[in-house]
Amino acid sequence: MTALNPQFGTDCIRRILAGERQLFHELIRPCERAIYFLLLSLLRNEAEAEDAAQETAIKVYLNLKNFRGDAQFRTWVLSIARNEGLGRLRKAGTRREDSLDADTDEQTGDYTPAVLACWREVPSDALERQELGTMLRKAIDGLPEIYRNVVLLRDIEEMDVRETAAALAITEGAVKVRLHRARALLQRELAPRLEGFAPKRKGMFGWLKG
Amino acid sequence: MRIDCKHVWEHISAYIDGEVDAELRAEIDSHLETCEICSAVLDSTRNVVVLLADDRVFELPAGFSNRLHARLEKELELAGS
Repeated sequence: MTALNPQFGTDCIRRILAGERQLFHELIRPCERAIYFLLLSLLRNEAEAEDAAQETAIKVYLNLKNFRGDAQFRTWVLSIARNEGLGRLRKAGTRREDSLDADTDEQTGDYTPAVLACWREVPSDALERQELGTMLRKAIDGLPEIYRNVVLLRDIEEMDVRETAAALAITEGAVKVRLHRARALLQRELAPRLEGFAPKRKGMFGWLKG
Repeated sequence: MRIDCKHVWEHISAYIDGEVDAELRAEIDSHLETCEICSAVLDSTRNVVVLLADDRVFELPAGFSNRLHARLEKELELAGS
């Protein structure tokens, strides 16, 4: 992820508003990934997330004069993306309110991790990583929405707690709690399937011993 | 005070993010030295975090950026006309 230099952002916005419209391409570029993945998290459909991402970018452009500079530019952009995504969900009547209300931050759940002694290293092999990536995307897709949004911004886009809280309009405490649960759920979901990715050396010694 | 496994799991996310205070970190570290299970849980959770941040694992759809900027370009032209 490329962070937007605040000074570049401020200058850029001033120049765009003064007529250098083409600069908008450069202004929005560092936010593209975060916009798309947040919308994908909300809409769970690649084509719709892409369309919503384009709409978001256009809305950002059309509303640029309203950006006050009291928030980070990317945070402001992501709140526009979130509204775009929520608006689409409301329109389609597909918002599953139960997934939001039933699982509040106060509720304590069983977040016992999976105990797996052999998955100690991230595989360096590209193909193995790709397979892991597929598993990981599926596991994320299976997370409740409130956890999915947080993990996308914090761990995939590597935004800090404060920015994530602002973009999702939740408290910093909620970001931390949800991130902890999301990671625990992902670990629990993934660890048992990852035995095949254990360092091969171990298996070989096991075979020699046997 | 010696902390138990469950206590360590509760703080694993904050531990990975460097958000536990020095005292708790020392307790967790000393627990990890002797507990294979917690040590593996920590490693695998950290691996999940590493993979999540890997741009190769989460790629934008092919051509996403080109299509976005082409649509923006149309909008910018409209705004200028």
